[in-house]
Amino acid sequence: MLEASLAVSPVIAETKTATIGSDAGPLTLKINGTVRTIAVAPHSTLAEVLRGPLDLTGTKIGCDRGACSACTVWLDGIPVASCMMLAIDVGDRSVTTIEGLSDGDKLHPVQAAFIEHDAVQCGFCTPGLVMSCASVLAQNPHPTLDEVKAATSGHLCRCGTYPHVFAAMLAAATTGKG
Amino acid sequence: MRRDKFPSGIAGVSVGEIERQVPADEAPPLPTNDRLAVIGKSVPRINGRAKVTGAARFTVDIKLPSMLHARLLRSPHAHAHIVSIDTQAGERHPDVRAVHVITDVVGRAIERDPGTDHGAGGRLPPALYVGAPIAAIAATTPEAADAALRLIEVEYEVLPFVVDMEDARKPDAPAVFALPVVGSGFAGGVPAGGELQQHGNIRGPSKAGARGDIDAGFAEAEVVVEEEYRTQVQTHCCMETHSVVADWRPDGLTVYLSTQFTAGVRNELAEAFRLPRNRVRVVVDAMGGGFGSKSSAGNYARAAVALSRAAGAPVRLALDRREEQLDSGNRPGTFQRLKIGARKDGRLSAISLYTYGTAGTATGAGVGNVAQAMYECQNFASEQYDVFINAGPGCAMRGPGNTPGAFALEQTIDELAEKLTIDPLLLRDRIDASPVRREERRRGAERIGWSRRHVPGADKGPIKRGIGVAQSLWGANVQTNASCEVRLLRDGSVEILSSVQDIGTGIGTVLAQVVAEELGLRPQDITVRIGDTDFPAGPPSYGSRTTASITPPARNAAYKVKQMLFKIVAPHLGVAVEDLLMRGGRIVVRSDATRSLSLRDAAATLRTDQIGALASRSDDYGGFRRTMTDAALAENDLGGVQFAEVAVDTETGIVRVERFVAVQDCGRPMNPRQIESQVQGGILQGISYALFEDRILDRHTGYMLNADLEHYKIVGSRETPDIDVIVLENYQGQSATDAYGIAEPSNIATAPAIANAVYNAIGVRLRQLPMTPAAVLAVLGRIPRGS
Repeated sequence: MLEASLAVSPVIAETKTATIGSDAGPLTLKINGTVRTIAVAPHSTLAEVLRGPLDLTGTKIGCDRGACSACTVWLDGIPVASCMMLAIDVGDRSVTTIEGLSDGDKLHPVQAAFIEHDAVQCGFCTPGLVMSCASVLAQNPHPTLDEVKAATSGHLCRCGTYPHVFAAMLAAATTGKG
Repeated sequence: MRRDKFPSGIAGVSVGEIERQVPADEAPPLPTNDRLAVIGKSVPRINGRAKVTGAARFTVDIKLPSMLHARLLRSPHAHAHIVSIDTQAGERHPDVRAVHVITDVVGRAIERDPGTDHGAGGRLPPALYVGAPIAAIAATTPEAADAALRLIEVEYEVLPFVVDMEDARKPDAPAVFALPVVGSGFAGGVPAGGELQQHGNIRGPSKAGARGDIDAGFAEAEVVVEEEYRTQVQTHCCMETHSVVADWRPDGLTVYLSTQFTAGVRNELAEAFRLPRNRVRVVVDAMGGGFGSKSSAGNYARAAVALSRAAGAPVRLALDRREEQLDSGNRPGTFQRLKIGARKDGRLSAISLYTYGTAGTATGAGVGNVAQAMYECQNFASEQYDVFINAGPGCAMRGPGNTPGAFALEQTIDELAEKLTIDPLLLRDRIDASPVRREERRRGAERIGWSRRHVPGADKGPIKRGIGVAQSLWGANVQTNASCEVRLLRDGSVEILSSVQDIGTGIGTVLAQVVAEELGLRPQDITVRIGDTDFPAGPPSYGSRTTASITPPARNAAYKVKQMLFKIVAPHLGVAVEDLLMRGGRIVVRSDATRSLSLRDAAATLRTDQIGALASRSDDYGGFRRTMTDAALAENDLGGVQFAEVAVDTETGIVRVERFVAVQDCGRPMNPRQIESQVQGGILQGISYALFEDRILDRHTGYMLNADLEHYKIVGSRETPDIDVIVLENYQGQSATDAYGIAEPSNIATAPAIANAVYNAIGVRLRQLPMTPAAVLAVLGRIPRGS
């Protein structure tokens, strides 16, 4: 996951003779299956760009320095902390945010399980947690409790939803979905 | 008034009947939960879908047209006079639209007779801690606001400061305040107002709660235990930082605020900005945690309003994580010397408490009323003091006062039990008059397997396990100034309207359950409109009072609407109003269930598009223990008994909580799964308080060294134990729903339960929080004790 976010995107490599100045310039991103082009200042993080010009405010910023995982999104299906990468480093990788996880009205099994097991309180950490949990199930359809704990260990939840998150994940696992 | 019979007692123990006087326009008694359709069931959270899809709108998500972005200029010094501020360069920045200098600070103590403090002789208030807010700038982008802040020129006269509580108590310590102060708000201890003595940085004593003859009490004691305890400053760490969008327009002010009390903030801002209340609106939809820190309109919100007024545009201001750690409130740290005298059979004869604590630059450090109120004892005396230091002002945090207080009390009671060779649960059975806590002890002991408990330190090998118990007590607050409206629309749909806010506890879902039960509907048929002062003023979401305060008005408003509808429908059916009931979305004739009509058809006969009713919180039917302005204290306290099972690694000092059992009461439980979430949350915050959290201030600069979430450590998934929650159904016949709160009682007993378990594991007691590995190794003698 760390390797994916640190890799220099092909776009930058190709344009290494072009200067990226301090003013905003156009940036094209693949977000939730759609190609969007927006004006972005080079120092903007992916989280800021998602929440700002892209109007996808489901992704939250809790600490802005990679300590809480509230800002978790997928890059080519791999969870990353969107506050810890520059938007210009995304390149042509696909970004999936919480808004892109459900299929229209049809909730992702993790989302449905979170509701059923009340794995939500204030809801601020929830989008990031759901993204990490959905990714876990995609890679390991039957995680143990310890594996769920390890997979969610980067997420800070002050309300204390962890026990219900574990229950939701183990339930989503045993139903064989995800 | 009517006389009605209500269920009374604890389900599973014995439930009888109690007769109460009930206002004639209120709904009849509810039976026990097993006989209800919707109340007492784990209905899914109605805003759960919005939260898991990212659709839920938090204050930080709000975007208004032409919205500006504001940032606060904060003091880099722990103590300084502000000699001058020159904002001109900041104002000239091309992207800046308004600048505001803060002249009236809120949240911290203020000198009673303005001397060096705010406003006097045109002087600006001094900066009293690193991070104190000084000025604010609104610009077209956050980056421009940051850049413009750096252009503001402030001339500081740097003064001596003190950030260590013990240093602050010394007679030659730098004075945080030049003159005696008065505070505001409630942080758990020393009363804010009044004319308490103040010498240097020490304010007090407050001797509230004294009873009997303390000297005589100790004279008759056959055993005395006296110990000292220290608890740390804890920060709230809400995941959504304090944030606001202020929109000042010619016809009124709208403020979107991440808040625990829309109605209170509305009134506060109306007064602060000299507006009539009917021109101020406060709104919150989803809200990312408060835990006591978001109860009022702080400096940041007031600055945003002032900027919006000056700029003629909406202004958003959100604290970053560093600001949140420095200046959004904290739980005061404490020192306690607790002395308990008892007879050989365990009966207590005297309790004496000497305590001081620090809420930084605010008043109100203290240890609550657990020592005074938990156990039977004729003789009690206490002395509580505030100690000021140059640090961010403290405020209420989940179970203020009682949380540090229980850490001392429950360990001292355990120590007494050991000295008397009485089992800790048996001792509590002897000295605790509460039948509810008795039943909680019984159920919890059975669930944790209390009989497995060995003598302290018995395990061989480096990993030593232990089981401990502790109790919590919390006043059952009720907001009497709480109202709710229910409307039935002509198509049969139903709305609930209240300014009450859902801060993550799920009150919106509970309101839907209450009204659904009353009107024979499903919760999903009801639209709940809350978090907006355009609706009748509801209670705050602090003090564990929300459910107790707003669910009776919701039920009674629904009942009134039902009666109005029955009056319209009854003649058409040729029956009396009393012969009708609502069930399954229909109005049914009681004596002949084959005769009914759908709510939709009944509503279609309404003369107008809607009928509605407003109801407000009446007094508890059996009366309150104490009545204040806008609120009251119920006759019976809330409580809980918690059991911890820990494993202590005596080589690393690491304490792992492996298992936790909590038995709590909240009157009539309204939604078991949501309640379980609350209790788990309280326990996890309590574990975090017991083992990990500590606000560290550097003595030489006054800086907070861990003003982030990497070095300020809060519990995560790997530290989460197996948590077993048992909630009693405790019927008391006190209101139309008989429901009370649970958020704070679930947090108070946790740290002492763990501390008592640690003692049971290793045979040595830790009397200081947090119980870090270094602290454990120190009491085991494996490393030298720190200072």
